[in-house]
Amino acid sequence: MLWRANSLRLGGSSETESAHSAQGRGRKRNSALSLLDPWPFPSLLPSCRLASGTATSGTAPTAVIGSWASTLLQDKELEEIKKETGFSHSQIIPLYSRFTSLDKGENGTLSREDFQRIPELAINPLGDRIINAFFSEGEDQVNFRGFMRTLVHFQPIEDNEKRKDVNGPEPLNSRSNKLRFAFRLYDLDKDDTISCDELLQVLRMMVGENISDEQLGSITDRTIQEADQDGDSAISFTEFVKVLEKVDVEQKMSIWFLH
Amino acid sequence: MLGAAMLLFWLPLVGAGATDKPTQESVPLGEPPPGLALFRWQWHEVEAPYLVALWILVASLAKIVFHLSRKVTSLVPESCLLILLGLVLGGIVLAVAKKAEYQLEPGTFFLFLLPPIVLDSGYFMPSRLFFDNLGAILTYAVVGTLWNAFTTGVALWGLQQAGLVAPRVQAGLLDFLLFGSLISAVDPVAVLAVFEEVHVNETLFIIVFGESLLNDAVTVVLYKVCNSFVEMGSANVQATDYLKGIASLFVVSLGGAAVGLVFAFLLALTTRFTKRVRIIEPLLVFLLAYAAYLTAEMASLSAILAVTMCGLGCKKYVEANISHKSRTAVKYTMKTLASCAETVIFMLLGISAVDSSKWAWDSGLVLGTLFFILFFRALGVVLQTWVLNQFRLVPLDKIDQVVMSYGGLRGAVAFALVILLDRTKVPAKDYFVATTIVVVFFTVIVQGLTIKPLVKWLRVKRSDHHKPTLNQELHEHTFDHILAAVEDVVGHHGYHYWRDRWEQFDKKYLSQLLMRRSAYRIRDQIWDVYYRLNIRDAISFVDQGGHVLSSTGLTLPSMPSRNSVAETSVTNLLRESGSGACLDLQVIDTVRSGRDREDAVMHHLLCGGLYKPRRRYKASCGRHFISEDAQERQDKEVFQQNMKRRLESFKSTKHNICFTKSKPRPRKTGHKKKDGVANPEATNGKPPRDLGFQDTGAVILTVESEEEEESDSSETEKEDDEGIIFVARATSEVLQEGKVSGSLEVCPSPRIIPPSPTCAEKELPWKSGQGDLAVYVSSETTKIVPVDMQTGWNQSISSLESLASPPCTQPPTLTRLPPHPLGMEETQVPLDMSSDPRSSFAFPPSLAKAGRSRSESSADIPQQQELQPLMGHKDHTHLSPGTANSHWCIQFNRGGRL
Repeated sequence: MLWRANSLRLGGSSETESAHSAQGRGRKRNSALSLLDPWPFPSLLPSCRLASGTATSGTAPTAVIGSWASTLLQDKELEEIKKETGFSHSQIIPLYSRFTSLDKGENGTLSREDFQRIPELAINPLGDRIINAFFSEGEDQVNFRGFMRTLVHFQPIEDNEKRKDVNGPEPLNSRSNKLRFAFRLYDLDKDDTISCDELLQVLRMMVGENISDEQLGSITDRTIQEADQDGDSAISFTEFVKVLEKVDVEQKMSIWFLH
Repeated sequence: MLGAAMLLFWLPLVGAGATDKPTQESVPLGEPPPGLALFRWQWHEVEAPYLVALWILVASLAKIVFHLSRKVTSLVPESCLLILLGLVLGGIVLAVAKKAEYQLEPGTFFLFLLPPIVLDSGYFMPSRLFFDNLGAILTYAVVGTLWNAFTTGVALWGLQQAGLVAPRVQAGLLDFLLFGSLISAVDPVAVLAVFEEVHVNETLFIIVFGESLLNDAVTVVLYKVCNSFVEMGSANVQATDYLKGIASLFVVSLGGAAVGLVFAFLLALTTRFTKRVRIIEPLLVFLLAYAAYLTAEMASLSAILAVTMCGLGCKKYVEANISHKSRTAVKYTMKTLASCAETVIFMLLGISAVDSSKWAWDSGLVLGTLFFILFFRALGVVLQTWVLNQFRLVPLDKIDQVVMSYGGLRGAVAFALVILLDRTKVPAKDYFVATTIVVVFFTVIVQGLTIKPLVKWLRVKRSDHHKPTLNQELHEHTFDHILAAVEDVVGHHGYHYWRDRWEQFDKKYLSQLLMRRSAYRIRDQIWDVYYRLNIRDAISFVDQGGHVLSSTGLTLPSMPSRNSVAETSVTNLLRESGSGACLDLQVIDTVRSGRDREDAVMHHLLCGGLYKPRRRYKASCGRHFISEDAQERQDKEVFQQNMKRRLESFKSTKHNICFTKSKPRPRKTGHKKKDGVANPEATNGKPPRDLGFQDTGAVILTVESEEEEESDSSETEKEDDEGIIFVARATSEVLQEGKVSGSLEVCPSPRIIPPSPTCAEKELPWKSGQGDLAVYVSSETTKIVPVDMQTGWNQSISSLESLASPPCTQPPTLTRLPPHPLGMEETQVPLDMSSDPRSSFAFPPSLAKAGRSRSESSADIPQQQELQPLMGHKDHTHLSPGTANSHWCIQFNRGGRL
């Protein structure tokens, strides 16, 4: 319930947020993000935030690109991100720098276009899906907090004890959350199952044009049959996890973030 | 068995003993040859190869003996047993010949015994796993080996200085460093032999094993540098020599790897052009890999590294280029050679140890070495792992480290290197030899014996050998893409970024250059897995289904195995035709690209021989029968499909006719098919001898079924290109039948739907190996079709059939024949069929007569056919080239009009 503590402390829209709290993970992200929600009037934003930044924190990280946005990362936010994601300070700074350099609009958020501007991502067959994964439902902007929250899925799992004492939510980089992330890439209609069509779409993206639709169809069929246990011709998340139980997801869904 | 092995072992000895006499006698006497000898003993002419063969035989027999008892081999690693056997044999040799013979010669070892093992491990190295852990492997191989060599050498020198080593061991610091360098390298042969039986998890295995392969470069350099330093004398070593030593490390390792990659490139490129001479493909693999080894050895680069890189680099392209059979041949030959070499190495090691003239014992040195190699190995592993873990996603835990330290086995490489030492330059050679033997024996026997219980006791994560599933492959691909994308987003050019880059480069340039165009086009990993899974299923299906069918002459429709076969065949049938059918005549007319053809070929291949998982699921679970609505849904589906096909068949018929005009040579006569409605026993495949024609004539279409590559290979692989004959019958017959035989609803005579084996089915290597896969469509099929739809069903099935092959094969070569008189065609058929590898497509042109003229004889033959299993057992039809059998005769009802 970390997010709630944050929002209460902010004192902004705590009531609406508590109303949202019952609605599960998806909403949780939205509400928690209120901290960095884009200011409706960008022109007012810089001075205002800058002022608070310099006032409250003399130690605000400055090792970032010299745009005004760099100073936006306040200690408080930093701490919260750290607490929420488990990223270390030295990991967050370069990521924040990357975030601001991607942020061509300089409004503290990234849009889809910002992501699409990354050249390598454009040729990634699943690029669009992955970009979408950064955005919570209905949003077309993502702030640094949300950005980090997506990235933390790929943080390697550590068997450290310090995160164990938090008996609250499962860490975002747990095995099941990593799998959930991948699962959501397939599950377009968010009905918690991968249907034939959804699988076919992903397959189409991943294989070359050399494989005919017919072949893809048979691959899809077989894939579904293989995983399907309850006979509904779709893969549910449990089935998804079951199928991948032998796979070293911890390793295969982790990347090395700089320390 | 052991006795037999012993006996065999005696043979060469006796032979050697026996041959000594004649040569000794004949030479001094110098008598003229006493005329024509009836019997001449020429041992010396065959001695060398004979001995080699016998040794390998002995080793193989020993292996068989060991594996007779599962209990023994599960406890004791094979390498231990072999070494012990070698000791025993060595003792016998020593006792008989009074001198040590048949020892492990460094030359033999490095030139003949080691390459197969290294090639095998390089070629079958799980490349993904290897590169995933490359950082760790390189660290352990380079830093670890250097560390081991220096610390062991220095510590031994310290031991000597402390007076714990007897003073008769005359060795200076350099000598000890030289010894340290050769004793420190983890040996790939020993590691492989022991770890293959232990089954630790893949990461652990690849790290230890990869290290043992890659440290060869370091070992070679260290050994050579130290050796030359020793020979120069420590006083003469200049500072530049040290620098040269360091530089040579890079030269040897990178040079070795480069040689390997160059040969891998050559090999891949060569196999691209072997499509007409398939038979030499396996040979090429071995030759070029061996050439890489020898080249590296010649240039005094790291030969092990060269072969490893060659195997690792070429595999992807070679596997794509060579034929399936060659692939199997390569695999088995490689495994056989490696296994032989390994066995012989361990046995010879045992024998070599017996020769006491070679070694001199010093307890201090031996015990000190043993202690130091274990201690420094462990220390090195712990230190390096600590550093590595700072960068690893999944850190290596303490248990892993224990296994890694303990798994640092020394083996034949160290022994061969120590034998190579020059006694005049290294006065303590004998002591080093003795110590090396003890170390090798200790690591292989003691550590080899105990590592299994240790792994069990520590509960090291074992590898679970599971078959790859499509899901895993697919999702892991997704993971890769996700990770690459996330690295892009983060702007961190890490491992996934470069792998992604490499894959794109490979796809764009390398694969195009090195892979056969046809192979390149169908190259896709997910598809590969699917393909392999399907083949696996199909083979097991053949094993089961084929057996069931052949054993039961009177296969009842109700038999479950047949049910599943029948149903799946139908779905496949529909699928097949679906892929090939095209409503646009223009599209069909245009020459299809090789890729399209190949796709179709692949697809038909797979679909034709397999039943859908859904079916299998049902059949295997047996929990319930098909629920009613499932059946209905399928009926509907079938009906809809049929309707669609009929339309398509109409068009394609026209299309066929167009083509036939262009190539009017008659190939094959059509057959009249016995009507399945009236005859429940009518079958799908028509035996070639069944040439009775009920139709007045038949349109014959000759289809150039094989893609260019396959037809090219027809000279060497006859069975790969069987022709297919489709016999079509006019539709009206069916229509009429359906109505005329109103009684047939009373007796629910099941109808046989002829399968539509496509050209693709013919060329599937595993199929030709297993006997061709005749898709069996049992009478059960008709159950799917509601009675009122049966006429339409029949028609559409037949139209399906007629369609099924043209799109997948090459339409341009379709030939239409003018109708021929029956008799004439009948006589022509056998010869034509056998001589022509192409498949024929026959359509009876006349609608009118078809239905009426049913011959009684044709009713019998289908019955016989029915006994034939789904797959296999039709071999005679394909293997005897002199008869008409070399073609598939497919009969089907012609649904469309001609």
